[in-house]
Amino acid sequence: MSGEQQAVIIALAVAATLLTRAIPFILFPEGRERPQTVLYLGRVLPAAVFGFLVVFCLKDVDFTSGVYGAPEMVSVAVTAALHAAFRNMMISIASGSVLYIVLVNFIMG
Amino acid sequence: MSETEMDKQVKSGLTQESSRRPGIAGRSALAAFPVTLPVMAGYLFLGVSYGIYCHSLGLAWFYPVVIASCVYAGSAEFVLANFLLGGFQPLSVFIMIFVINARHLFYGLSMLEKFAGLGWKRLYLIFGMTDETFSINYAVAPPEGTDRGWFMLFITLFNHFYWVAGAGIGWLVGDMLTGQVKGVSFVMTALFVVIFMEQWLKDTNHIPACLGIALTVICIMVFGHEHFVIPAMAAICLLLLILRPVLRNTGKKASASKSSEERK
Repeated sequence: MSGEQQAVIIALAVAATLLTRAIPFILFPEGRERPQTVLYLGRVLPAAVFGFLVVFCLKDVDFTSGVYGAPEMVSVAVTAALHAAFRNMMISIASGSVLYIVLVNFIMG
Repeated sequence: MSETEMDKQVKSGLTQESSRRPGIAGRSALAAFPVTLPVMAGYLFLGVSYGIYCHSLGLAWFYPVVIASCVYAGSAEFVLANFLLGGFQPLSVFIMIFVINARHLFYGLSMLEKFAGLGWKRLYLIFGMTDETFSINYAVAPPEGTDRGWFMLFITLFNHFYWVAGAGIGWLVGDMLTGQVKGVSFVMTALFVVIFMEQWLKDTNHIPACLGIALTVICIMVFGHEHFVIPAMAAICLLLLILRPVLRNTGKKASASKSSEERK
């Protein structure tokens, strides 16, 4: 592929990405009444999306062999429990991640 | 009014003006930085992986840096780097990248209200709306004495910087760092778990959260871990719409501005 063709490919990738981020704002511009259905989705979607994202992060974990996803499950549970207890983002994320790194490098690797 | 008095007024006006305007932006930046620390760890790590990957494909240093700056969408960038080595397939690239990033449509729908009234900042906030940036901007309330727009803008800017810096560093260090420590990328998972919990603890109704997890798991089992995103998104939207009579008042604030649906 020539340099120009590569530039075209990258530009198209930028356009495609930008579209996925901007379409809702283009379809439902500021200042105009938004359909109730859209407002409703805007309220209930985030909780569902965060659930989706947690699963999305774990999509490549092998639950059928090896250690059966134990390091991931344990670390996710500890992170969630710590957050429910202390509600401190840094404590929850740092503890969960350190636990995971220790588990996969030294214990269940 | 004497000249000195006028001088004083002008001066105080000037100092007020100059201390107020960067003041609010500066305060917002200071408040935004600690919130982005988990993303810093995650993005530097993933960005470095991306730089290393591009280097291993034989691409010059500016490819990962330009792509990280302009496309700025994790998994899509890996796919794009691959496409650059094959034949010229503009349509495939466009469709593929659109589909990979289709989940952003969700984020936009959730942010319509939060980005309202932010003027030019909105453009950059929309451009920089990655999974992590969206989650933080949605979930973290700007602290007292900061400005909502600047706060979100700096969160987006810091995250963007980590990602691009990571990609550049990754290309430079090549494969010196690969395989040293396993599992650093788990910070990203932990971040989403925490944001999920934040939302869970705030919500009175947990049906949307449970649906999000359950439907995504089911779609991974049915469609496999490479093709589940679109079916999962469609299923989530569909079920939320079907359950609208039950969930109608979920997440509604008591404020008057949000009561239009109740009136209906």
